[in-house]
Amino acid sequence: MQIELTRSPAVRRLLKSRWPQLTILTLLLGGFLLAIASGWAGTPVGSANFGIIFVWIAWWALLILLVVPLTGRGWCAICPIPAPGEWLQRRAVLEPTERKPGWPHYRWPKRLRNIWLQNLSFMLLALFSAVILTTPRATAIVLAAMLFLALGLSLIFERRSFCRYLCPVSGFIGLYSQAAPLELRVRDKRLCRSCEDKPCYNGSEKGHGCPWQVFPGGLARNTSCGLCLECLRTCPKDNIVLQTRPFGADLRQPSRKMDEAFKAFLMVGAAVAYTGILLGPWGGLKQAAYRAGSLAWGGYAAAFLAFTWLLIPGFFALAVGAGQRIARNTQPLRPAFTAFTAGLIPLGLAFWAAFSLSFVMANATYVLSALSDPFGWGWNLFGTAGLAWKPLPMGLLPSLQVLILVGGLLWSIRTIQRTGAELKTSSLPVAVFQAGLTCLMLGLLL
Amino acid sequence: MRRAERACRIAILAGLLLLLAVPFLARKAEARGIVEVHARMAVAGGWMPGFILAQAGVPLHLRLTSDDVTHGFAIGQSDRPAVDVLPGKMTDLTLTFDKPGTYTFYCTRWCGPDHWRMRGTIQVNGSSPQVPQPVLAPLYTRLGADIDAPHPAPALPASPPSVSRGAALANRLPGSVLSPDYVLSHSPAQAFQELRADPRLASLTEADLWDAVAYLWETHIPGGDTAEGKKLYSQNCAACHGETGGGDGVFAPDVKALAGKSPANLADPGSMLGASPAVLQGKILRGGMGTGMPAWGPVLTELQTWDLVSYLYSFPFEEMQK
Repeated sequence: MQIELTRSPAVRRLLKSRWPQLTILTLLLGGFLLAIASGWAGTPVGSANFGIIFVWIAWWALLILLVVPLTGRGWCAICPIPAPGEWLQRRAVLEPTERKPGWPHYRWPKRLRNIWLQNLSFMLLALFSAVILTTPRATAIVLAAMLFLALGLSLIFERRSFCRYLCPVSGFIGLYSQAAPLELRVRDKRLCRSCEDKPCYNGSEKGHGCPWQVFPGGLARNTSCGLCLECLRTCPKDNIVLQTRPFGADLRQPSRKMDEAFKAFLMVGAAVAYTGILLGPWGGLKQAAYRAGSLAWGGYAAAFLAFTWLLIPGFFALAVGAGQRIARNTQPLRPAFTAFTAGLIPLGLAFWAAFSLSFVMANATYVLSALSDPFGWGWNLFGTAGLAWKPLPMGLLPSLQVLILVGGLLWSIRTIQRTGAELKTSSLPVAVFQAGLTCLMLGLLL
Repeated sequence: MRRAERACRIAILAGLLLLLAVPFLARKAEARGIVEVHARMAVAGGWMPGFILAQAGVPLHLRLTSDDVTHGFAIGQSDRPAVDVLPGKMTDLTLTFDKPGTYTFYCTRWCGPDHWRMRGTIQVNGSSPQVPQPVLAPLYTRLGADIDAPHPAPALPASPPSVSRGAALANRLPGSVLSPDYVLSHSPAQAFQELRADPRLASLTEADLWDAVAYLWETHIPGGDTAEGKKLYSQNCAACHGETGGGDGVFAPDVKALAGKSPANLADPGSMLGASPAVLQGKILRGGMGTGMPAWGPVLTELQTWDLVSYLYSFPFEEMQK
């Protein structure tokens, strides 16, 4: 159902104002710096450290269970990581200024204008994730590195190049935002075509040009729109709208890009692999994942890479090829291969949600104790430091996980049925592949 | 620049700086006069700091926390109960030492490989010049016993001896063997041989003599409280030597991997009945022996070592009953 949120003058005024966004963003930047400080100087015990608990439990839970499924890139709109660099680039924290930066900003290299680097940066984190997720100092290093990388790149390259092309989180948020029931679009594309200055892209005295390097008039999918709302502020014709839409609307016109297809493989593969490594009963595997740099870890890394980059895409290609053979479709494999990955988007989102619920429900109470004693220095700021660890009712968990996984599978099958019909090929083998992956996930979780 | 922009910049900068500075300044102010001690498994560094300075009669405020697993904190040779040191939690502890000296603190939980190496020292200085206290050397050095030499028992009982039957024979034993000094400096097998050679006891069978020896070693080690010894053994020794003394505790494989030798089998009559209490106490006090056995001298009181030794002799006798 489509409801234009910006139709209400009050909502439009609220969204156009920079104050709410700046306030939230600054508070989050404070929290982010606190996470780095506590990760570095606080207790090395993960469950008592604000850095670990707030990033990997609180933030992650909100992101994957609520923000991404419901708002897509809603997080990117308030993410504090690019903020300092963007402020320096704009020479302003609030309204646009006449003063231009005293140095040139390069365009991001043409060959790298895709999300392959994001796939690599995600993989790099994924290979070390057992250490990063449990070691406060490692978390602090990763967070600080992201902050400085975003800052450094914003001084060299124009706009939010870090977010668009390098951030390991942005890549998958963009992928899954296609399933979200919220979009920013233009009301009338003809108005955009006739608009001469295109302030939404170039900026004006009312606002900055699109930091995500997107021309809103051409927006067809959510992938690269960071919901920063600058275009809402700059559009002289009030042609930008923020509206609800059915879940998965973008998946009707799937992307044909190989980098985005691989993002979908990596995410599904990583969700399955993590479930096996972190929640599975194999102690040796856990230890290998934890001993970064050791020979055992080398084997683990090779297996992880082979599973996510070769095995899953390989079986997927076989399934797509089988579908073409069944339908006697002689078209080349590649377009169908990339288009069918749209089905892995709802499936991957469901995998991540089901996997995350396990550890989020088990560890949620640590959020309250870490809030009162962020560094693990024996403080009790809000009287909740002494709260005993108590998992949320875990009896509900298996039913919830089954519901999410089966729901995700049905949604993904519905998605590929449409793709199959459009490409005149059979979606059955891909559906079987997806059902097989879901069974594997169910087996690992339950 | 517009006023709003300037105000924003100042507010953001000041807010973020304050947010980062306040915790560290507050911690610095709060930590005045408190020594924060971090416990880590021995393989990860043990106690940090491992050396603490204190003044006699002046309270020493410690704040204990663990950086990994649950540890315990206790002061050697003292009656103060151990406290648990929990990961990510702070435990405050105030100690006052009356006398100057060097005190050992140690971990009381089987926290991980090499757990027994988790030791540290508290150096307590006195306000007045320290008068050295005369220290009596341990019995094994006074006797000149070599605690590293093997001590096979020259004779072994054919059947498990009985303490109660031995008690009935006590009045027939020569006075010299009834003295604690005799028991402490002789091994059970030595005592058996000496009794066997005594013509006054020629009418007694070998089994009778072993009963008498078992009775002597059960009851004549001074202060030897076997119940207390059992408690101490479970806390400190069973991790390597095993609950029944067989040298098969949970850390035994680690000890073997590290030292190339398994922990001693304390249930083996062939070696235990050849060791005198003085030798066993020496091994406990000094440790070593090439097996990674720690020195318990700084941790246990003399009385506690005799409690332990007394309990250790129950293993070979129990083994023989199997």
